[in-house]
Order: sequence, then structure tokens, then C-alpha cells
Amino acid sequence: MTSMTPPSAAAPLLEVQHLEVSFPTKTKTLVAVRDVSFTLHRGERLGLVGESGAGKSITGFSILKLISRPGRISNGSILFEGRDLVPLSEQEMRPLRGDRISMIFQDPMMTLNPVLTIGTQMIETLLAHRRLSRREARDQAIETLRAVHIPSPEKRMDQYPHQFSGGMRQRIVIAIALLTRPSLIIADEPTTALDVTIQAEILDLLLELAEHEGMGLLLITHDLAVVSQVTDRVAVMYAGRIVEIGPTEQVVHAPQHPYTQGLLAALPQTHAGEPGTGRLAQIHGIMPSLYNTPPGCAFHPRCPVRIHACSETVPALRPCSQTGTLAACHLVE
Amino acid sequence: MIAFLIRRLLQACIVMGVISLIGFSLRHTVGDPVREMYGMSVSAEVRAEARERLGLNDPIIVQYFRFLKNAVQGDLGNSLFYQKPALEVILSKAPATLELVFTSALLITLLSVPCGIYSAIHPRRLLSRIILGVSTVGVSVPVFFTALMCISLFSITLGWLPSFGRGELTPLFGGAWETGFLTWSGIKHLIMPSFALTSIMLPLFIRLVRAEMMEVLQMDYVKYARAKGLSERRIYWVHAFRNTLLPVITVGGVQLGILIAFTILTETVFNWKGLGGMFKEAVDRGDTSLLVAYMVVVGALFVVVNTVVDVIYGMVNPMVRVVGRK
Repeated sequence: MTSMTPPSAAAPLLEVQHLEVSFPTKTKTLVAVRDVSFTLHRGERLGLVGESGAGKSITGFSILKLISRPGRISNGSILFEGRDLVPLSEQEMRPLRGDRISMIFQDPMMTLNPVLTIGTQMIETLLAHRRLSRREARDQAIETLRAVHIPSPEKRMDQYPHQFSGGMRQRIVIAIALLTRPSLIIADEPTTALDVTIQAEILDLLLELAEHEGMGLLLITHDLAVVSQVTDRVAVMYAGRIVEIGPTEQVVHAPQHPYTQGLLAALPQTHAGEPGTGRLAQIHGIMPSLYNTPPGCAFHPRCPVRIHACSETVPALRPCSQTGTLAACHLVE
Repeated sequence: MIAFLIRRLLQACIVMGVISLIGFSLRHTVGDPVREMYGMSVSAEVRAEARERLGLNDPIIVQYFRFLKNAVQGDLGNSLFYQKPALEVILSKAPATLELVFTSALLITLLSVPCGIYSAIHPRRLLSRIILGVSTVGVSVPVFFTALMCISLFSITLGWLPSFGRGELTPLFGGAWETGFLTWSGIKHLIMPSFALTSIMLPLFIRLVRAEMMEVLQMDYVKYARAKGLSERRIYWVHAFRNTLLPVITVGGVQLGILIAFTILTETVFNWKGLGGMFKEAVDRGDTSLLVAYMVVVGALFVVVNTVVDVIYGMVNPMVRVVGRK
């Protein structure tokens, strides 16, 4: 490895700069992601949090350049291991997908093809990226299934997805993601479709394996509890922009942006032996749709502490002197 | 798989039972067998004697079971016109129709799959628009018109293809089956009728394959296959097409049966000596027993085709296999 270290070894694993994703429609162009920048280092775990429609999944998919048509990356760059992915063609992207960058989808019931055995679906991934015989690919696939704790993997290889439970299927999807030893895994709501009891298991597994292999993990979720359990750093998205980003510990315990504060206040606080009391806090209103994003800070119509400037200028991400996090709010000092 | 097969065969038997019941009741409501045999000019005593001899005075249940017993043994009654067992008449006409239907089914499959898939993958391309445009025209033009236009162009104006009959035939299986596949003349005679028959079903199949494929392409597992870095070929043909196939097989089986029924028009126009032509003649002549026999045989054909289709479906769809195993 050291003998052939590329010149970009010092560069971060992933560096997204001023990413903008837009969807041209007949009447106007909708911008789903605006000016999103973040950095992910090797072996680091970054959470991307937000409500549905905040643009977090689109951000994840745009790294693999798999945004559904007519969406396209209209601005910015995505540096992966020092190389900008935005200008690459489909042919140039294909060797990266599933090899250097793996993706885990939300619903394991829908991601595995129902008419192909899981063995086929694993082996084809390896054969798409490695010069291997079928036999070798099969052995590697069995090995990886064992690593994600699937019992008797040799037998399970010839079974179809419907013969597995949801948790087992997500393990298989994780195994497929690990097959090629990627340097980055993008996990889009990997536990949302699963039972709560299975969620923790899958998260632990993902965490353990990512750590073991030294892989970078981009975890996309709406669940702050999951983020605080798994990630080193977190970025909070609202209406297509990052509104706060920093070390998870800091963001969760001393949120700077009023939106982050609202999200955290809405979580049920249960302490051992103490039943939850009172009503949960909520953020009034709903997130604006892409069709009518308000001027200035997109959060200001719902913000309890808004000032005059909020409806006029978009606040830039600014470092907060106390916590070292970045927040996009006029009130942060 | 074996349990699945047995269950499927049992269902086929039940369907055949229902068909025989309909055939039986047709025979007893459409026309009077005694009048058909003796005409109007015999005395009442002779008729009564004939009724007794034919068992027409027996309870209806007894008559039905007699009909069923004969049918199982291959006796579907005698054709009034040919004065031969109806089944024999049908079997002598069947090869012509089956060869026509087989050729058309083959053409439909070979053309609809690539056309449907291409237009699903590239819906905006010019070629896709042409495929869809032509298929819309095809589905709205009646088959006898297509057939007559073909005859007018290729037989009369250009003189390339013969307009009627089956051409030179080769006997197979000791003369039980006369095939037109083995001579150039036979194949030339087959071209226009099979094209006419294909033109009815092809548009439907192209649209079916296209619609199913487009739906499958929206599925998460197709996007996931892309995220795994698979080649376009593999994504389309292995991941998407296999899932497209399931509904297409189901509809295709039913349509294959309907294709046999559609031969009536095609065979009449091209004077093709098959089951369709025979059916039309039997209607003209009021040959009730031949019609009933035709119905039972075509019904049986339907059941066989559908059973085969279900078995194929079971082989493509892993979930059916598991259900069958239980």
C-alpha cells in the first residue's frame, strides 16, 4: 500500500464543495441542494441529519452521481480521494460505484432483486470490479456473509431474498457493501425500515465493520439518536442547506442553530426509572417546499428567535466561539 | 415443485369438467339430434324409437355421464356433415392451425421483447416513437383488412407470395401430421397468414413489455444495481428483464389461446385448411356435434397452454416454487 501511495493520500477521503443539485421543470428550476460543503476523512463517520425533503438523500446520491432524472449537479465539486467526480462520465463513474464507494439503501425489502439468489447478487458485484473466477468470488462472498453473522452462509447463498427476514436482508446488503473493501460507505437511512430491536444490531454491526476496515461512513438519517450513537461529526440540513456542522458531541449537547435546538427538544428525554413527563416540544409549521423557499434564512418563518435580518439575508456558516461548531444563523457569535 | 404440478393438473381437470358440461348442454339445446339425423319427414313412432335408442329419454345426469365417458375415450360424437368421428375431423385439421399459431407466437415473442425493451429504456428516442406509432396503427386495423391488403400487394401486384392454401406439404408420423415447414412452397404460403395473425397481437405485446419494463426500471433494486457498478447490459437484461418477464408470461399464455380463436378470420381470408376454416364451415352447415367437439378440443388446448405457462412462471418466479414445496 505504502509503495504505491497516490499523491492525493494527504487529501481528505471526500470533500464536497458548494454542491448544488437542481431539477429543471417546465416552469422553473427547483434547487434541492444549495451550497453544501463538508469534508470526510479516512475512517471518519459523518452524519447527515434532516427532515424528509431536506436534501440529505440527494446529497448522498449525488456523490455516486445517481440522482434521478431530470435532477443534475448544477454547481460545485465532489473530490473523492482528490479526484473531482462531477465532470466524470457514466463510464468513468462505473468502476467507482460499488467498488471504492458502496451504498446501503433504506429498505432492504426493495433493494435486493426478488428473482435472483443472494449469491448471484453478491458474486456479480465482485465480478464487476475484480478479475476473479466464479469459485473465488463465491468463496469471498461466503466469507463476507460470515463476517456479518449470517448463519450457514454456504446454504444461504442459493436462497432468494424473500427467504430472509428484514434484518437479515440488511445484513446481506451490508455484506455486499463490504465485499470490495471500499474506502467510503454511504448509508441512506439504513435502519429506518427495520424493527427497533434490529436497528441497534445493524448499527453496531455497521460501526464495528467500518471501524475494523478503516472505512469512511456517511450516514444519512432523520434520527438524531442514531447519529449520536454512531457518528464522529454531524451536519444538520434544512431546506437544502447545511445549517449546522460540527463534532457530534458538541452539536448534540450545545446546539447553536435554533433548528437544531428545536430538533433536539423534540426528542423524548427518558432517564432510567423515570417515566417521560409532559408534552414533547415541537417546531411549529412545516419545512418550506422547493417551490416557495422563503427569502433569507429558510427557517425564519418557524424560528422562535428571528430578527429582522433573518428574512433578508441568507446567513453564512460561521464558527461559534464556544463550541467550535459551524452554524448558519445571524444570532450565533 | 411436484406438489405444485399435481395441484396445477388437478385444477386443469376441474376446468375440463366445466368445459365438458358446457359442451354437453350446448349439444342438447342447440338443435334436435333426431331431427338432424332423420330430417322432418319421418313418422312420430320412428322418432320416438330413435329417441329411446339414442338414450335421449334417460335422466339428464345419466346422459351427461355417458357423454363424459365417451369423451374421455376420445369419442366426441360424429360430424353430421363428414359422417366421420368429429375428433378425427378435428385432428386432421389441427396441424395447419397449430403451425400457423406457432409461427405467429414465435414472431410475436422475437419482435415484442426487443421492441418493448428498447422503447422502455429510451422512451424519448425517435425509434421508440416510431415503434409505438406503428403499433398503434397495427392494433386499430382489423385483421381481414391487413390480410386483404397483403394479398393485393404481394400476390396480385408484385406476384411474390401465393394468396391461398398451404402449398406443398410433407407427411410426418405416417401421415398423421402434414407439415408445411419443410418445403420452400410451404414456407412461402405461411408468410402472409402468419404475418396477418401476428399483426393482431404484436402491438399489445410490445406495449405490455414496455409498460412492465418501465415500471421495473423505477424499482429500488435497479437503482441499487447501478450503485453496485454493474454494466448497463446486466442491469437491463438480468435485473430488469427477468422481473418484466413474470407478468408478460401470465398475459402471454392467455393471449396464445385467443390467438387460436383468431385464426377463424385469418384462415377464412387465406383459405387455410385448418380449424378456423373448419369452424366457419361447421357453423354454415349447422354441424352441431362438430362444433361441440371443436369447443371441447380448443378448451382442452387452452387448459394445456395455461398449465404449461404456469409451470414456466413457477420456474422463473422463485416465490411460487417455495409455495409449491410446502
